[in-house]
Formats: sequence, C-alpha cells, structure tokens
Amino acid sequence: MEHIDWGLVNWSRAQFALTALYHWIFVPLTLGLSFMLAIMETIYYKTGDEKWLKIEKFWLKLFGINFAIGVATGIILEFEFGTNWSNYSWFVGDIFGAPLAIEGIMAFFMESTFIAIMFFGWNKVSKKAHLISTWLVAIGSNLSALWILVANGWMQNPVGMKFNPDTMRNEMENFWDVLFNPVAINKFIHTITSAYTFSALFVIGVSAWLILKNKDKLYAKYSMIIASVFGFLAIIATIITGDGSAKQVAKYQPMKLAAMEGLYKGSRGAPLIAVGTPTIRNGSLIKSIEDDLAGRNQEKVKIEGFEIPYGLSILAFNDPNAFVPGIKDLVEGNPKEGIRSYKERIKSGKIAIEALANYKKAKKEGKESEAKKYLEIFRAHFDDFGYGYFDKLGVEELIPPVTITFMSFHTMVLLGTWFLIFFYLVYRAVQKDNIEKKKWLLKLGVWGIFFGWLAQELGWITAEAGRMPWVIQDLMPTMVAVSHLHKENVMLTFALFFIVFTALLIAEIKIMITTIKNGFSN
Amino acid sequence: MFEALSYESLQAYWWIIIALLGGALVFMLFVQGGQTLLNKLSDNEEEKTLLVNLFGHKWEITFTTLVVFGGAFFASFPLFYSTSFGGAYYVWMIILFAFIVQAVSYEYRKKKNNFLGSKTYEKFLFFNGVIAPVFLGVAVSTFFTGSPFSVDKSRIVNLKSNVEAVISQWKSPWYGLEAIWTIDNLAFLQNLALGLAIFFLARVIALLYIKKMVDNQNILEKAQKCLKRNVILFLIFFLFWLIRLLFINGFAVNPETGEIYMEPYKYFHNLVQQPALLIFLLIGILLVLWGIYGGLFKNQTNAFWKAGIGTIITVMAIFFLAGFNHTSYYPSIYDLQSSLTIANSSSSKYTLTAMAYVSLMVPFVIAYIIWAWKALDSHKLSVEELKKEEIKY
Repeated sequence: MEHIDWGLVNWSRAQFALTALYHWIFVPLTLGLSFMLAIMETIYYKTGDEKWLKIEKFWLKLFGINFAIGVATGIILEFEFGTNWSNYSWFVGDIFGAPLAIEGIMAFFMESTFIAIMFFGWNKVSKKAHLISTWLVAIGSNLSALWILVANGWMQNPVGMKFNPDTMRNEMENFWDVLFNPVAINKFIHTITSAYTFSALFVIGVSAWLILKNKDKLYAKYSMIIASVFGFLAIIATIITGDGSAKQVAKYQPMKLAAMEGLYKGSRGAPLIAVGTPTIRNGSLIKSIEDDLAGRNQEKVKIEGFEIPYGLSILAFNDPNAFVPGIKDLVEGNPKEGIRSYKERIKSGKIAIEALANYKKAKKEGKESEAKKYLEIFRAHFDDFGYGYFDKLGVEELIPPVTITFMSFHTMVLLGTWFLIFFYLVYRAVQKDNIEKKKWLLKLGVWGIFFGWLAQELGWITAEAGRMPWVIQDLMPTMVAVSHLHKENVMLTFALFFIVFTALLIAEIKIMITTIKNGFSN
Repeated sequence: MFEALSYESLQAYWWIIIALLGGALVFMLFVQGGQTLLNKLSDNEEEKTLLVNLFGHKWEITFTTLVVFGGAFFASFPLFYSTSFGGAYYVWMIILFAFIVQAVSYEYRKKKNNFLGSKTYEKFLFFNGVIAPVFLGVAVSTFFTGSPFSVDKSRIVNLKSNVEAVISQWKSPWYGLEAIWTIDNLAFLQNLALGLAIFFLARVIALLYIKKMVDNQNILEKAQKCLKRNVILFLIFFLFWLIRLLFINGFAVNPETGEIYMEPYKYFHNLVQQPALLIFLLIGILLVLWGIYGGLFKNQTNAFWKAGIGTIITVMAIFFLAGFNHTSYYPSIYDLQSSLTIANSSSSKYTLTAMAYVSLMVPFVIAYIIWAWKALDSHKLSVEELKKEEIKY
C-alpha cells in the first residue's frame, strides 16, 4: 500500500483491545461462577440443607453485580465489527456473522430469560424449575462463549470457505468445518476452563478474605471446598488444552509461536525458554531485527533466559528433533525446511490482487475467456492474498510485537502452573481443617483474584497481539479491515469508552467490596 | 428442507426474520418508555423502586433482542452491517452508549457504595429511555429517506490507500447524525417523526404494562393521565410519518437490470401492489389502536398485549414496505446505484440456508420466554409485595 492511515488503524485496534480487555474482566467470572452456583443449588435441592441456599445466595449477589457490567461491556464488541471494521464485515461476514447470530438466538436469549428466574423467581416457580433455570443460565452463558470462540478461531485459522470473486468476499462452503475447526474447539475448551479457574480463584480469594477477617468462616470453607475442586479440575483442562493450543499455533500461525517464544533463528531440537526476557543489548528489538534482516548486526538479536533443551520442538510438534521456524526463517524463508519467504509471499499476494482486479475488469467488458484465465491465476495465489497489501518488508508491519507476546505468554504459563499447586494446597488445607492457621495461604488466596485476572488478560493478549498483523490469518491484514473513518472519530469514542468503562469498573469494585464485607449473614 | 428454496426465497425469508426481530425490539422498547416515567409516576422512593423492579425484570430481554437483531442482520445482510454500522458511526455509537449505561443501572442503583450515586443511575435509565427509541426510530426511517454513502466492492483491490480500499464509504462528516437535519425532501422531519413516534409508543406500551401489572392506586391514577397525552403525541407523529411516506418519492429497483431509480409514490404503490401487506399493516395499526382504546377507556388488562402484538406486526409491515416489491431498503442519496437491496446485500445461499435451520429454534426461544414471562408476571406488583422480596433492584 502506498499510503496507510496508521492513526486510524491503531486507534481502531486500541478501541477494540480496550473494549475486549474490559469485557474480559467480567466474563470469566460469569462463565465459571454460574456453574458453581448451579452446583451449590443442586446440593441444596438434593439435601434440603439451608446452609447451601445461604451460600448460593451470597455468591448470587456477587454474580449479579458482575453480570450487569459484563453485559454492558459486551454489547459494544459485537457491533464494533461493523462500526470499526467495515471492510472486514463484508469480506468475511458471510461466515463470521453466522456464529454471532447463533450466539444470540441459541445462547443470549437462554441466558437473559432464565437469569430473571434465577434472581427473581425464588417464590414464583418451583424449586425444581428454579434449579433448572440456574443450570440453563450456566449453559447459556457457556454456549455464548462457544459461538464467539468459533468466530475467533475462524479468524486464526480460516476454514470451510471459498472466495467468490463476483461478490468480492469469502463465502461459507461447509458450516461443520467452521464449527469443528480444531483451533476453535481447542480455543473454546482452553478459554472456558481458564475462566472456571479464575472463578474458582475468585471464590477462594473472597472466602480467604472472610476467614482472615473472622467472618462467616464455616460458609467460606464450604465455598472453598467447591471452588478448590472445581478450580483444580479446570486448571488441569486448561493446561492440557494450552498444550494443544501451542501445537495448533505451531501449525497454523508459526510467526505467533516464534513471537511467543522469542525464537529468532529456528532450529531442530529447539529449546524452550522457560523464564527469560526478550531484551537485546542496545536499542529496540524491532530496530535490531530490522538491522539484522538488512544484513547489519548479525549477532545482536538474542533472547536470553533459562532454556529447556528440545523443549520447544516437543511442545510444538511432539518431536525433539522437529524444526521450529524462528522470526528470521519466516521473514527470509528457509528453502531447506520448505518455508517460503515473506518477500515471495508478498509478490504472490500482489499477483492475486492484480488478477482479481483484472478478472473484474474482464467480466465487466464481457471477456469471459480472459476472466477465466485471471481467475485461475487468482486461485493459484489466493493463499497469499493478504500479503499483497504489503509493499515493503517493513518488520514493524509484518511481525507481531515480540516483547508483549513473549512476556504475556510466559507470565500466563507461570501463573497457570502456580494455580495448579495452589488449588491442591487449598483443598488439602480445607480437608484437614487447618486453613485458618495458614495465614500465608489465605493471603495468597486473596492475591489469587488479581493473578487470576492477570492470567486471563495475558492469555488474550498473547492470542491477539501474537497474530498481528492479521485480522484473518494470511488473508486480511488489520490495516485493510478498517472502516472509512477519521482517526479523530475513533479517538472520541475511545475516550468515551475509557471514561465510562473505568467509572463503571470503579463502581463495580466498590459495590463488590461492600457486599463481600457484609458476608453471608446479611 | 431449506435447500429446496430459491436464493430469492431465502433472502425474503431472512428479511422476514429481520422484520420480526425489529418488531420484537420496538415492542420491547416499552422498558425504555417506562424508564422515562419513573419520576413522573411516583411520589416517593418506594413507588419509584416498584417501577424500577417492574421494568427491571424485563430489561435483559430488550437488550438481548437488540443484540440478536444486530447479529442476525450481520449474518444475513452483511453489506448493510458494514455500510450502516461503519458509516452511521455516531448514531450507532450513541445508541450503544445508551445501552451500556442502562445495563448496570438497574443492578447498581440501590447498592451501597455505588460510586456514582442513585440519581446518576436513574439519569442513565432516563437517558437510555429517550435515546434508544428516538435514535432507533431515526435509523429505521432512513430506510425510506436514504443516507449519504457509496458502495463499491472492487475497492478492496485498491493498493494505493487503505482508507480508499474500504468498500462502503460514508460521505458525510457527521457519520449518521445528518439524518436529523438533512433538509433535502424534508428528510429530517420524516426521520424525527418516526423517532418521536417510537418514543411515545414505547411510553404508551409501558403505561399499559403498568396498568396490567401494578397494584398501586397512586401510580395507576397518574399512569391513566399520562397515557392520554402520550397517545395523542404518538398518533400525531406516527400518522404524520405514515401519511407523508405515502406521498414521497421512493427508491425503486428495476428487476431486470438491478438499476435503482426514484419512483413517485413508491411506498403507496407498494401497498396497492401488495394488498396482503396493506391488510397486514392495517391489522397491526388496528391492534395498536384497539389496545390503546382498551387501556384508555375500558381498563382492559390485556390492552398491553394487543398494543404489543400490534406493534410487532406494524413494524414488520414497515420493514416489508422498505424491502419487498423491488424496493431498496437502505438507499443511498449520494450514489443511487450504491443503494442496498435484499438481493445485493445478503449472504450467500449456503449461509442463508444454514442460518434458516438455526432459525427453527426461534419458536422454541419464544416458548420459553413466554413461560418465564408468565412465571414472573403471575401476580401484580405492589410496594408491600416488593418488601417481601429478598433479591430486588
């Protein structure tokens, strides 16, 4: 592209990131707590023990406070695909719109209808009907996660579609391929189980705080039992699907993996950096990569840290001798390993775009045989279509932000490992009934809420920052997906979102703390 | 089953679904109407809380209907989604802001230590109650008066500038707000009239709902007085909009060439050429009027449902008027040939077919909403009864 309005692109990205990150502060709690509420109510229904009803109603209050702001921050995300990513909406709307519509019809209505029964139906429907409503809220909210993650998974690994040159868009060819896209399924399980993990950390954290304050200790301990078991199972599933996710990233988004691991030069038997920082000796990382690719400064770029030999090859391909491409291999190409260079892909992408333009022209002029010829060229080069929008090998344009992706990924993994140990420790302590004596564990439990939230957000930053510059992998870069706006328009709405969401977040936290201070008894 | 349908039939089927969701959304805006009456109908905090709880049990259904309306539009007519949302940017953003502040206000208003104070959340509810119906009405009215945009799908191969590569481009720096001051053909009058008609209709249906569900003499007396004024204002704005609509030039489509051209009395012709639609529209309007009459003069409790179902039917008829009979439903006044029709803006046949199967869930969804609605509305709401509730807004 000869001219790119980076101001518009970056503010549009910033606005989407802002709204998504705010939304994700609240959603994980809804996803996990709804199931824990259902479990608590089931115990109450089965045993008739009023204590469980009291416990459930306390968590239900916190659920309600959180749910409202989750809904408030969520509505904007769906519409932002249209408002800020207009070209994207047409280019892939034929595929991407369907999961969003199904999400609404199948999940949102279920959630919003039965949540009213869950909150206000205690004396209006039977116990059984209320219990079913509570379960349906949990199922509904998790179903909504399924469909939005199917949509997101498709952006990372577009399948089940074909580009139609007459309508100038991608069109769905197989709904089941879109739904059962391996990236989507793995992403769904990884995301919801990590959300359950956060919910369990929240319940444990609040309960720990109440125990530290000598308040409602019995109820808090019962809550902890449910949460520690729930959280332990959830984090195991999160770790297993996290491994699956790494393998899929290696297969479908090798540049993202290279950024996640800070792998600059690929190799066979590539080591895994367990702990480290992607620093370089002088200047910025991007500048150094640019210098290196230009043939200057060959040894300057190196990411240092504690390495596990063969770790990355095993993580990515289950093979200690597998070749894992680094940033340099992907940009410059590595014929020996069958990796095409970006330069080559850009050239091929430009052929695809030019062929498409010629096809349209030939069609308009009624030259069918010429149109057919151009269509064949276009099809042959379509896999590189998105690369055609890049003019030069601008590293900043083509490589995801390495430092952010690397740090987000590694911090998330470390926190996830800690959560596994933490849930076990909490369960053992509650089971042995000595958690009150373990003040350090209780204090860590309170901090666990923050760490859980941090891990959630870092997971999304890894997934989304790591796939830059693509809004649809290899087919459409973010710079081409934007709406026909001025950056000032987006800056204005960004500022409004920031102010409103921040004010609402403060309100939510203050109300939450006040409600928690009142404890189970009030 | 749906595979046997032609592409045109599927496009029409999805337009009917969109119309149904649009109708349901306008009906459910009675929640917004109620939010603008909280202070007017109550004398004390207890009465206000009663009203907040009355509408608070339903706000999420309105909210969800809006989200599903947007999602379904995206899935079935993505070119509308990319053109209108990306173009009328400020209008949609204002509507969305109004819903953002609504979502928390019910839950946070009465909570201790709520940071912004109860009055602020009540103002949020009022803001949402005014903005949502008025702006949604204005947005729908542009289906008949047009908007300044151009669409060219081949722009996607433009390699000169990323902004110029955008397929749908809005041609006004006000990004949709111009709909309320465009003087050409007095479009602003038409647009504002529908916005205000929907606003007063939302209040009318809210008042009918109060009459059906509230057990409080003071509120009921005030509601009765308020109903008269709002009915008159609704009728003035709606009849102005509808009658004028029959006389304006409309955006017609040549079925042979797909060319868009201006046709005098197009929407009048649409009614005459589609008698079934005319009857459908009249049934809707009569049901609304019957509901209003029942509420005003007969104190009928089912007046709410008559007016509500009438609203859904009327709005569906308005959507049919905009989209069927070779009409452009989202016309461009900047470049006539960029106007959107059901045919040129829809998803592919495969997607419409797949989504048609999904739409089979709609009756099931309606069924459980009716069950939950009945369960929650089994008794009238009074201050005394509300005091007994453990969880309330």
